[in-house]
Amino acid sequence: MLIYLNENPLKIQIGSRLYTLRDKKQCDADILIVNGHPASVDLELKEGDHVVMIKRGEQPSAEELESLMMARHTPGVHEKIKRGCVGIAGAGGLGSHVAIALARVGVGQINIADFDVVEPSNLNRQQYFIDQIGTPKVIALRDNLKRINPGIKINIFNLKVSPENIVELFGAVDILVEAFDAADQKAMLTNYFLSHFPDKFLVAASGIAGYESSNSIRTTRIAEHFYLCGDGITAAEPGCGLMAPRVGIAAHHQANAVLRLLLNKLPE
Amino acid sequence: MQLIINGKTKEYQEPLTVLHLLQQLDLSPERVVVELNRHILSPDEHNSTELKSDDTIELVQFVGGG
Repeated sequence: MLIYLNENPLKIQIGSRLYTLRDKKQCDADILIVNGHPASVDLELKEGDHVVMIKRGEQPSAEELESLMMARHTPGVHEKIKRGCVGIAGAGGLGSHVAIALARVGVGQINIADFDVVEPSNLNRQQYFIDQIGTPKVIALRDNLKRINPGIKINIFNLKVSPENIVELFGAVDILVEAFDAADQKAMLTNYFLSHFPDKFLVAASGIAGYESSNSIRTTRIAEHFYLCGDGITAAEPGCGLMAPRVGIAAHHQANAVLRLLLNKLPE
Repeated sequence: MQLIINGKTKEYQEPLTVLHLLQQLDLSPERVVVELNRHILSPDEHNSTELKSDDTIELVQFVGGG
């Protein structure tokens, strides 16, 4: 019968057992995963089983890593997510969180644009580190994403997004995430993208400042291809700052909306 | 004329452009997204687009923070 060992097809005898296979193929493996779940006891293998063997502390190959990383996904979603191409406009509090969530779930291609560098005031909410202060955000973010999931394609653009370059930067994406800070820039991007690409989706955020209740942040369908995450009203202004928890909640609303769209589900 | 704005029906005086409507509602044109009859309006159409009775409009005004 046929099984898959570390994602490679392998013919084994009917009635073969997991530990026998380990002893034969990779006797120093100390983590055994069968069909996405760690196996803690010996068991009889069945036709079509997916078995992954890993030695702790050893860097797995790219294919093995992908298989292991996605082992806890709901079955059948990985291939669809992997085919996804998502744009992220802005790599601040929203964009850095969205990018990390999408990289972790294995979105195959991510285009990120931002003109800024990492500065100390960013670190209260953005996914950067002290040793990255002064580095362009897109470079720092790509470095962080590569440490999380080296198997995805990341295209970075260290520039200011404007109507003149939106087509070039994001013309190939399935879904664009609006992750800017300034209200007029959010509106500019949304208006331009949705009127030029009426068949693509845009997931924006508005109303994410302060420390109001988490539950006031919602995902709302504004138009057929336009979703908005946030409470819609709480602006960042003197007396109401931007803080990691609520910015992170809104960003993960955006990331989940993207994930649902890639899996042909309505985000709302 | 009747306009349906964000799901609510209200009476407005004709003639009325999208830009005039935004001004009446005290919205800032450079921060809004306007969907008119399921079509996203580009900002340079705000001043030239006249509204008609029973038009359906979705309006979003962004606030800052990201």
